[in-house]
Amino acid sequence: MTAPGRAAAGEAAVHPAPGGGPEPAQVTRSRRTTLWAALGALVIVVILGYLPYLVLSGTTDFLVNVFVLMTMASMWNLLAGYAGLVSVGQQAFVGLGGYIVLILSNHAVEPFLGLPVAVAGCAVVGLPVWWLVSRLRTGYFAIATWVIASIFELIVVRFPSLGGGTGASLSGFENLDPTLLTAYTYWAALAVVVLVVLFVYLILRSRLGLVLTAMRDDETGARSSGARVPRTQGFVFVVAAAGCGAAGAIVIISQLSIEPTAAFSVQYSAEMIFATIIGGIGTIEGPILGTIIFFALQKSLAQYGTWYFIVLGLVAMAVALWAPRGIWGLISERFGIRLFPVGYHLWPAGEQRPRGRAALRRRSSGTAPAGPAEASRGPGDGPGPPPG
Amino acid sequence: MSWVNAIIQGILIGGLYALFACGLSLMFGVMKVINLAHGDLAVVAAYTALGVITITHVPAVWSFILVVPIFAVLGYVVQRTLIQAALDRSVLTTLLVTFGLSVVIENALLQFASADSHSLDIGPLVSDSIQIGSQISIAWLLLVIFVVAVVVLLGLQYFLSSSRQGRLIRAVADDQEAAQLSGADYRHVFGIAGAIAFGTVALAGLAFGMYSSFDPTIGTDQLLLFAFEAVVIGGLGSLWGTLVGGILLGVVQQIGAQIGPSNQVLAGQLVFLLILVVRPQGLTARRSTA
Amino acid sequence: MTDGPVTESAVTESPVPESAVSGEAVLLEVRDLTVHHGQLRALHGVSLAVAPGEVYAMIGANGAGKSTLLRSIAGLHKPTSGSILLDGQDLARLRPEKRVAAGIVMVPEGRRLFPSLTVEENLQVGASYARPGPWRIEGVYDLFPWMRDRRGQLAGQLSGGEQQSVAIGRALVANPRVLLLDELSLGLAPAVVRRIYQTLPELLASGLTVLLVEQDVSQALRIASHIHCLLEGQTTLQGPPGDLTAEEIEGAYFGLAGVNGPGGGREAPA
Repeated sequence: MTAPGRAAAGEAAVHPAPGGGPEPAQVTRSRRTTLWAALGALVIVVILGYLPYLVLSGTTDFLVNVFVLMTMASMWNLLAGYAGLVSVGQQAFVGLGGYIVLILSNHAVEPFLGLPVAVAGCAVVGLPVWWLVSRLRTGYFAIATWVIASIFELIVVRFPSLGGGTGASLSGFENLDPTLLTAYTYWAALAVVVLVVLFVYLILRSRLGLVLTAMRDDETGARSSGARVPRTQGFVFVVAAAGCGAAGAIVIISQLSIEPTAAFSVQYSAEMIFATIIGGIGTIEGPILGTIIFFALQKSLAQYGTWYFIVLGLVAMAVALWAPRGIWGLISERFGIRLFPVGYHLWPAGEQRPRGRAALRRRSSGTAPAGPAEASRGPGDGPGPPPG
Repeated sequence: MSWVNAIIQGILIGGLYALFACGLSLMFGVMKVINLAHGDLAVVAAYTALGVITITHVPAVWSFILVVPIFAVLGYVVQRTLIQAALDRSVLTTLLVTFGLSVVIENALLQFASADSHSLDIGPLVSDSIQIGSQISIAWLLLVIFVVAVVVLLGLQYFLSSSRQGRLIRAVADDQEAAQLSGADYRHVFGIAGAIAFGTVALAGLAFGMYSSFDPTIGTDQLLLFAFEAVVIGGLGSLWGTLVGGILLGVVQQIGAQIGPSNQVLAGQLVFLLILVVRPQGLTARRSTA
Repeated sequence: MTDGPVTESAVTESPVPESAVSGEAVLLEVRDLTVHHGQLRALHGVSLAVAPGEVYAMIGANGAGKSTLLRSIAGLHKPTSGSILLDGQDLARLRPEKRVAAGIVMVPEGRRLFPSLTVEENLQVGASYARPGPWRIEGVYDLFPWMRDRRGQLAGQLSGGEQQSVAIGRALVANPRVLLLDELSLGLAPAVVRRIYQTLPELLASGLTVLLVEQDVSQALRIASHIHCLLEGQTTLQGPPGDLTAEEIEGAYFGLAGVNGPGGGREAPA
């Protein structure tokens, strides 16, 4: 028996009752709130899809920026929140993605076709980069990623065909109606962020996700359980490179030009890090929420210029120190909700798990199902209890 | 400029790089903290000196007497409050907090001091140079900076190896808990290390400000990366390694500049990558830790 | 008689026992100590009293809580409840480094020397916050003569037994009143362990009191003036070695109820 919504696949009963008698303990992957969330998400995506027909291009352009940051934040969250790789150099791939699209368009390839190529290209480049930086541990790893981004920029600048130090503009859209271009860009950005978030969700739901969650909670413990930590980290690094490449491709398509200092700017890292930290590192919902908060802050502080980044930085520091699970962490712990079901829920024996339409109805006061079986510590909580 | 001149320049400026790097290396060695705001602190020091000079009209060369001790005290305070709080959480938190600090500092500088570059004016000393033969011209200032850097590094090395406090610092770096069991308050020792790190990076920032020009973003654009590269090239765990790394970086950069002016920074990056590939523990380290 | 391992209901929380050296003042006292590691309860209502000049040995299987007890006394672990008193003063608010000044110094499990420092430097660190007292670095060299020649060697290059001696020396030069020894024999050959324990009388002669944790029960019985056995965080047996039979110790060590009667653990007669 499957419940509606795309989130309810894969339920497993431990011992099905032979008929009559109390309900046995059951283990499922989702519960009532996630069904609502899944329906809600579907509705939101559909509405977003229709937006170009409904609103002015200013709004869609703004939303493109939101989607781009959401993509990057989700990738950084996967890197740092799950794989334990704190990178401050993802801008290397953001810029690279943009420049791949540029190169292709210079060779008469439609930029929207260049997008998947940019994704693949960044993934490929990610491999040797990973091989280089994986030799370093946490702190030095972080600066090394920064150095790599700086190197990318220094290399790109030497190619006049790419515009050298002053940058270049993107060709290939001359014949396209501007309104259509805005709409296509918007849909491309929407597609990227939806695919990325979906991809992250599916990864975390899979066996790989189990390894990643174990690594999130305790890397040493994960290693000693036999998880292939370095290989998993390498995989995540490449995925993050590809994801940031996609974001970079959207950026150049949306801005129609690219300039090396801006394309490889550490500002991208700052934005994706702050969004993830404030939203909640180590959860799928965190980067999404964080991006929304980020842009809300930006809107309200925009007139104060660089103040907005100062405030953002201070807020991020405060959150990292005092609310390490982020805003989403606070919400999730308080209300016990999880929108993307990647864990397992234990319904104790003897308890009636609502099925069918009953599942959609609000449960009356009384016993609530037991919380998810995942460990509830986040990555920022430091080492667990000492062994032995 | 001849090749010999370039190499000499590189060696001298390498001393400055080493001075930048030693604070970074110390903080990592003792409390396992990578201070991503390290380069920005040097820039703040330079701006502070600028402010002090503007207000008091003290000759720029003497500004360090005021600025360096202030930064040392600041280092102790910041370490015991902000960084200790982050350390108590996790290593991830220290990275995030220092990164946040870096962004806040840079944007605050942009807000209050504008994006223009400045320099600490020390008058004619800037352009004075020693001539050796027809090819070699060494800037006085650079020579002085090199000597100061080496003296400071020597002093630091002596302090760490022979003094009681230095011994405690090394002990805490080895095993924080065992040091506690011997009566040492590791938070205080961390504070001392933080004070040294901030003090040396302030001195380096002032020297840099005198020799070259600075702007709000140069802390992360160049200084942090150079300091880090010097540490990695030279190897963790010893100040001599940092000096070697700094000198090698300086020399490589000057050689690169000889080949073509835009190659300067890139040359350094490439050597850094090479060391990373071939000998990740650095040139002077014996154990293969990174 | 109850079957199976000693259960919580079988072992009552022991009241503060009288010191085996009866009538003497109590130097170090632990009252009803409960310590958790996260959700795991490592110690449950443990009490003990150490008189001046005693050699008080904690024995018990792995995971019984012995090291946790020592670490709590040293201040590295915050207890959930209960108190630790030195000379009647509650140590609760004292950080580990302050307890050294109060006179409690621990030689931690696994030696934990500073590997990049020389032997002499290790001792110097130990003396950095020393209380006034008879022990100096020279005195440690007299106690372990081989150390004098090797004082310039890096501590990380020493053998296990040598490191153990240096670790003890490092603690001694702080002039403790109570010396905590955590698993001295771990990883060392029995002959080496015996030789190290042979220095114990000299330590006691200088006015020290020793509280030690020892895996090797026979070794503990040889040197201790009082034995205290833990099992799963609770006291199962205590008393002077002479008053305890081998079966009692074995029963307490492994938690074999019925060996010691329906009450499970028992105390030595006062």
